[in-house]
Amino acid sequence: MKALPHLLKKEFRQIRRNKAMLPIIFIMPFVQLLILVNAADFEIRNIRIAFEDADRSKASQQLIARFTSSPYFNVLGMVNSATEGLSLLDRDKVTVVLRIPNGFERQLQSNHHTTLALDINGIDGQAAGLSRAYVGSIVREFQASITSRGQVGRGQASSGIDERYWYNSDLEYRNMMLPGLLVLLVTMVGLFLTSMNIVREIEMGTIEQINVTPIRKYEFIIGKLLPFWIIGLLELALGLTIGVLVYSIPIVGSVWLLFLFAMLYLPVIMGMGLIVSSITKTQQQAMFVSWFLMVIFLLMSGLFTPIENMPQWAQSITLFNPTAYFIKVVRLVLLKGSSLMDVAHEFGVITLFSIVMTTIAVLAYRKRVA
Amino acid sequence: MIVFSNVSKHYNDVVGLNTTSFQVETGELFGLIGPDGAGKSTVMRLLATLLLPDTGSITFNGINVVTDYKSVRKSIGYMPGSFALYTDLTVKENLEFFASVFSSSVEENYHLIKDIYDQLAPFRHRRAGALSGGMKQKLALSCALIHSPLALILDEPTTGVDAVSRVEFWNMLRRLKDTGMTILVSTPYLEEASLCDRVGLMNNGTFMRIGTPDEVVKAYNKTLWAIEGGYSHAVLKALRRYEAVHAVYVYRDKVMMSTEANISAEDIMEYLKSKEIEGASVVRATPDFEDCFMDLMQSHTSVKHDRTDKHG
Repeated sequence: MKALPHLLKKEFRQIRRNKAMLPIIFIMPFVQLLILVNAADFEIRNIRIAFEDADRSKASQQLIARFTSSPYFNVLGMVNSATEGLSLLDRDKVTVVLRIPNGFERQLQSNHHTTLALDINGIDGQAAGLSRAYVGSIVREFQASITSRGQVGRGQASSGIDERYWYNSDLEYRNMMLPGLLVLLVTMVGLFLTSMNIVREIEMGTIEQINVTPIRKYEFIIGKLLPFWIIGLLELALGLTIGVLVYSIPIVGSVWLLFLFAMLYLPVIMGMGLIVSSITKTQQQAMFVSWFLMVIFLLMSGLFTPIENMPQWAQSITLFNPTAYFIKVVRLVLLKGSSLMDVAHEFGVITLFSIVMTTIAVLAYRKRVA
Repeated sequence: MIVFSNVSKHYNDVVGLNTTSFQVETGELFGLIGPDGAGKSTVMRLLATLLLPDTGSITFNGINVVTDYKSVRKSIGYMPGSFALYTDLTVKENLEFFASVFSSSVEENYHLIKDIYDQLAPFRHRRAGALSGGMKQKLALSCALIHSPLALILDEPTTGVDAVSRVEFWNMLRRLKDTGMTILVSTPYLEEASLCDRVGLMNNGTFMRIGTPDEVVKAYNKTLWAIEGGYSHAVLKALRRYEAVHAVYVYRDKVMMSTEANISAEDIMEYLKSKEIEGASVVRATPDFEDCFMDLMQSHTSVKHDRTDKHG
């Protein structure tokens, strides 16, 4: 362990002088959090909608008026037929066409079942789903208002759902996205910087000189990983600070719990970086392999798409994705205020991953090229 | 000090070192001489604990290099064939780093590198990557010396270095040798052989000859001829088919040929005439180190060719 302080001193000195690494470490968090949080917003406003009003009644006018006054919709006008509506969809003039059938008002008043037709551009499934939900909620509100005004009468009680969203009461998209981006940040530091930094010694040939010194295998590895472990935690702190100051994200749970998890998560990712560095020979190769791994980890982590939406086999794969656990824990702790006991399972898994991955990584990294 | 006995090393199917034995005595400046791919680096990397031998044993100062590599690493200074210091650290930082990982300090062993470091001192705050080739070599030597090793292993330290720096470098090695340091150095430059106490001439993963530079020259038992004049390419072509020839090669604008002792200048002239080559003069020449090396290389290669012929 005698050589370790000298290795660390050398490492920090090199990181400080690295013209590519330093900006990445300090500029990346700002770019990701200040730009991406806003860019990756799934909320949809100004949905372009057109109506085919075959009823031309008071009720249909009232329904359309509700859309006109909604911030989510941008009413582009009326069409006279279903074909005309579809051609607007074809030309991408609108994304939604709502068709009100003849006899709409009459049916409502006589309390008969009535069906509205909805044509939606389904290319972006997520946007389509949201559009459908927004249309549905406006129609429900409209229906409810008619009921309360007694326009539909005759005693039939209409049932509704009183919805209340917990932990993120306004369904604020940022509150869900920002914790995920914090994970992305920590993962990038752990995977890219670690693997590239180790491969650099091989690429530059300095590993030859290191290998003939009494520096032990584990000392060299610790000397290489510890700086990025520290930097990874600093990035998390920096990211949280931006989150609180700029986006006022709620921190319901314990920040320390979050850092504790990150302390265990980083060795898993850095272990992977170490493995990448032992199978590659240049920084460029290391970057390609890291990028490949990173994309898989992120897309299968629940950051963008809920894990529950994935097919069963894909869900099984996510059980081995450390990033998925971290994203889950960050959201639970920050938004829900989960305690250590609540996320004990995730802590257990990540501890296990951490032990297994570091062991494999250290074995894979051979100091003596034989 | 250094003992290789029956050591062999293969890289997959390629021979790095054929079953080889040799020794380097304490305080000796031993040169490994040979062309690229001869096995010089393999010998050095095996000794530096960077490679494991397939067979045989290597000891350094009585210590087994394979099993007790940790103690060997403490007492050798290795300088790899390509510059292997941190280009983003300064001269001083590199030196301090390598001293510290050996639990030593620059001050403690300053006397060892004083000569060399004096020349580097003006650049001590310059990044190693921005040094000239000669300066880089001096820094690398300083870093290899800073933990006061018993022996230095220098893999082609003068390759790609300008002539002046090469002379300086060898002067430094002589001075280090005078302090009792054992030095194993490799070079592709034959003229540097005479600067060593003993040399091992290597080719195809084995030693063709080991001895002092004088011994190598004395062991030359052929007659050497220098053929001047005539169209040298034609001369060379003709002589290659001369039945009494042992080795023939071009060296400093002359065609050199070695033959057995019973051949005279007249014999050669006659042969050349029979091949319609006029105006060539044949003179006896005194063999120097280069001639010995070329002769060994040629006979070594031809022996190898004979074998392949028999097999093929």
